[in-house]
Amino acid sequence: MIKTTFLAVISHWRYRPIQLITLVTGIALATALWSGVQAINSEARASYARAASVLEQANLQQLITGDQQGIPVETYASLRQAGWKVSPVIEGTVRLGGKRIRLIGVDPLTMPQSNDAPLVKDASDLAEFIRAPGVILMSAETAAQLTDVQGLRIKLSPSVPEDAAFVDISVADRLLQRKGKVSRFVIAPDQSPSLPPIGKISPDLSIRAGGNGTDVSSLTDSFHLNLTAFGFLAFVVGLFIAYSAIGVTFSQRRGTFRTLRSLGVSLKSLTAILILELTVLALIAGSIGVAIGYVIASFLLPGVAATLQGLYGASVVGTLSFRAEWWLAGLAMALLGTAVASAQSIRQLWNMPILASAQARSLATGAERSLRVQAVLGLLLLSLAVLLTWVQGGLVTAFGILAALLLGAALMLPAVLAYTLGRAERWARKPIPRWFWADTRLQLPGLSLALMALLLALSANIGVGTMVSSFRTTFIGWLDQRLAAELYVTARTEEEAERLRAWLPSRVNTVLPIWSVDGDVLGKPVQIFGVADDATYRENWPVITGGDDVWDKIASGKGALVNEQMWRREGLKVGDRIALPGNFSVDVVGVYSDFGNPVGQVLVGLGAFGQHYPNAAKLRYGLRVQTSELDRVRSALIDDFGLPADAIVDQATLKRQSRAIFDQTFAVTGALNALTLAVAAFAMFSTLLALAASRLPQLAPLWAMGVRRRKLARLEVIRSVALWAATYFVSIPVGLALAWVLLAIVNVEAFGWRLPLMIFPIDWIYLGLAALGAALVSVYYPVRLLSKVAPAELLKVFTNER
Amino acid sequence: MSANRLGLAVILFLCASHLEGHAQGFAGLGTTAEGFSVPRKGVPLEFPRDHGAHPDYRIEWWYVTANLKDASGQDYGAQWTLFRSALSPQTVQGWSDPQIWLGHAAVTTKNQHYFGERLARGGVGQAGVTLQPFRAWVDEWGMQGTGAPDADPLQNLKVKAQADLFSYDLSLSAKGPLVRQGDRGYSVKSANGQASFYYSQPYYTVEGEIVLEGKPVTVTGKAWMDREWSSQPLAADQTGWDWFSLHLASGEKLMAFRLRDSGNGYSSANWVSVNGESTSLSGDEVIIEPKQTTKVGDRTIPTVWRVRIPSKSLDVVTHPLNSRSWMGTTTPYWEGPITFEGSTSGEGYLEMTGY
Repeated sequence: MIKTTFLAVISHWRYRPIQLITLVTGIALATALWSGVQAINSEARASYARAASVLEQANLQQLITGDQQGIPVETYASLRQAGWKVSPVIEGTVRLGGKRIRLIGVDPLTMPQSNDAPLVKDASDLAEFIRAPGVILMSAETAAQLTDVQGLRIKLSPSVPEDAAFVDISVADRLLQRKGKVSRFVIAPDQSPSLPPIGKISPDLSIRAGGNGTDVSSLTDSFHLNLTAFGFLAFVVGLFIAYSAIGVTFSQRRGTFRTLRSLGVSLKSLTAILILELTVLALIAGSIGVAIGYVIASFLLPGVAATLQGLYGASVVGTLSFRAEWWLAGLAMALLGTAVASAQSIRQLWNMPILASAQARSLATGAERSLRVQAVLGLLLLSLAVLLTWVQGGLVTAFGILAALLLGAALMLPAVLAYTLGRAERWARKPIPRWFWADTRLQLPGLSLALMALLLALSANIGVGTMVSSFRTTFIGWLDQRLAAELYVTARTEEEAERLRAWLPSRVNTVLPIWSVDGDVLGKPVQIFGVADDATYRENWPVITGGDDVWDKIASGKGALVNEQMWRREGLKVGDRIALPGNFSVDVVGVYSDFGNPVGQVLVGLGAFGQHYPNAAKLRYGLRVQTSELDRVRSALIDDFGLPADAIVDQATLKRQSRAIFDQTFAVTGALNALTLAVAAFAMFSTLLALAASRLPQLAPLWAMGVRRRKLARLEVIRSVALWAATYFVSIPVGLALAWVLLAIVNVEAFGWRLPLMIFPIDWIYLGLAALGAALVSVYYPVRLLSKVAPAELLKVFTNER
Repeated sequence: MSANRLGLAVILFLCASHLEGHAQGFAGLGTTAEGFSVPRKGVPLEFPRDHGAHPDYRIEWWYVTANLKDASGQDYGAQWTLFRSALSPQTVQGWSDPQIWLGHAAVTTKNQHYFGERLARGGVGQAGVTLQPFRAWVDEWGMQGTGAPDADPLQNLKVKAQADLFSYDLSLSAKGPLVRQGDRGYSVKSANGQASFYYSQPYYTVEGEIVLEGKPVTVTGKAWMDREWSSQPLAADQTGWDWFSLHLASGEKLMAFRLRDSGNGYSSANWVSVNGESTSLSGDEVIIEPKQTTKVGDRTIPTVWRVRIPSKSLDVVTHPLNSRSWMGTTTPYWEGPITFEGSTSGEGYLEMTGY
């Protein structure tokens, strides 16, 4: 009996293969985008954890100091002689042959053995590593980019993250000019009992707990939250498809259900069979979804890797490994999504009297009531969004605002459309237009979910598009300000830099030293730059706040400019005094924008810089040159001075590279945007297809009254396009609101900079055209079915055979 | 002791890359010294100067082995060693010092063999040797002079070390003079003339405490210190050695070793009288033969030996306190206390490398 019932229930799919495809596609798409994004996230996080464990042995406890200069070597001797098994690390950033890499100097004699990345395999490795000139251990990718390694022997190791290298501690000491001072100690896991407390040996040291919490993963959290939000949005849109498909199949199978129930199948077993059927479908669709998600992720991951590298300097491997956790998560999401999407249909099945069959009108009446409820709920959510913007919260609040805004707008949409249609109906005079508007209003409840999905996709598109374009415009303007010098040169050695300083002045208009040191300010790593007192800065530097005398104060050595992200993160105010490394205190006199930089930056006068950091590398210079002189100066630098060509970069190249990095960064966003829109178009298509079948009772009377099928079909097309258009117009303000939230709230929280909102109506037109195209495509097949429907089918409406 | 000693291990460990080509097993030491000083016959040893480090030689060690007993008569062995191995013949203050230090410590009982190892680089205070006052150390392990300022720095010593399951703190007091091995401290290691500077202090009496797995034991006994430095003490085809230090019941001491090679090997010994007079014995006067082996892991190691010196009417068989006295250190070897009987009886230490 159960088997027969089951076969009866699923026989439906044989007659409606398109519905089956729609349902499976809906769930699969929802799962695909969700699990694709999750795959990217988990891959990136695994990369950070791997990098942290390789680079910092982050799983082990560390001893760190508050002293900028580092830990004296005597402390090391004291710790070891007291029995503490600690291993010293000297690390920092070094420029090797024009490329900056993170150099980690370790002592292989005392380093706790790590299974992840054995530095030295055997005795001969060890001797080679320590013995002068020493070995530099890095990945093949990094090695390929280095032109000069200061005489070190390169050894390749795939486990070393990109842009980092291991060397012996003595090599790091020499290259980073630390005079023996240790950056931190790694504490070996096996310590003797009864050791004297660290504080007794050196009160400056503190223990940092081991674990996976790394700087880079907290920095990139915001980015991943962003991706997750996108994935979730796509998931919700996919659910709309599944929801409408399930609703349609249930209502179309009411006849079957009625027959089965009359034959004595209990409601319980019928429900169980339907749940079983949906579970099987969900698992199949979920598996397809996870597979598609894997493909999506592997296409997007290189872009994400480039973004993370560009924005945060986080190194992520560009290849995807298959992880069980997101396989399972993907299937769970598919099941959950199907459950959510089918809950209402199953509840209706329970509440419906046994013999009642589906009536479009009766469904619609119920829907009109819920329209009002939805509208009120939507209004509440929009109010909540506005309210939340007043609350100072973190990134989670920011995403709360986004969610409330989008959901609120989506819930309000049917009401807004219904109102508009009502106005149109009243305005129309002739019978067919009046019928047209009234009938559209009748269809609205059935279409509203698809339209809501469309609204979400269009708004997200406009919102994210506006954000990216605003960012791009601002960024390019900022590049023009920031890259004011015509040429940038980097000397290979201090000796060469000294010759360069003597050689340049007679040949260029101005030489602008670009000297910096890394240090901790307010407990966080920052870069400190010395700037010359020059018109280039006075005229061009992108200062956001600060008085007219900013540059005089900088030149005097008492003032400092900080970048926007540091200013926001630390809640600094102009006039605040900050302590820089090396007993150097300065007043914050202004703030400048500094896009694409994850860390804080402080600008001080060149004189004061040289005084406090006499050992800073003095290798980089910006050169002001007449445009007409550019080529002559460049060739003189190469031919007369003897600088290699790759040590000279001109402004145009630098800008081109920066723009390329920027565009690469947002390629992922663009791809996700397009995918979401595609999912929404599919939702529309599946809804129209589902509705087409139930349209006959409404259309048959008109046909009987003499309206030709062709005209009816045309009206159907106009209806769909009109609904699309109305949704599109609603999406513009919603999208702009979204853009504002992204620029003014999410960006500030995630990256530490605020951007002006700029409007790009031309993009909306493109989007509108794309949406129109999608509307026409999605309406084409259902309408073609309708225009070709046999007159006999239409006649049947008037018989009792339905 | 042991021209051969573990130093080899250290060298192999640190210099293998340098010795590519013929760095097969323990034969690695046989290369010519590059820039390192080479021991020369007739150069007199001078104290206390030579108690300190000789950074211009490639390898060097301060090596103490002790045969100990607790109040109930249980036997123990203790080892404390500091090796120095130079990547180049110089010292530099700071991280780039080419002097590498290696500490080994062990305690042996009838059933257990505990050991620990420490590695360090010179130049930063983690390990080293100072003369005034005398101190040899790596991490918290140390061997420190405790005698009067005018006495020889090695006269009285405090030796301590600790590792996962054991620690010890021993006081050593020399009851006899320093003994120059070989020809007034010039000890030949192969027929080709490879040699080292080598002297010993075999007359220590010991008292102190050993802590094994948390349980302290008070011990007394005898100890023997070896000091040796060289730059190329082994020939290229020598693969390892078997080395004995014996405290004879008569109060005399015997140091004997056998270097294994592709041929008949190279043996040598020094007979030390009760008052410190040393007699060098040539290879044909010393017969060292393995009698019985023990399987340690997948290695077969001879642990029972017959040692004969006909000219001194010595014919003894040695037995280990623990046949599994295996030092599973970076370069592994066998080192442990032994007893012997035959023409005479006594106790001592056995070291075997290259198995």
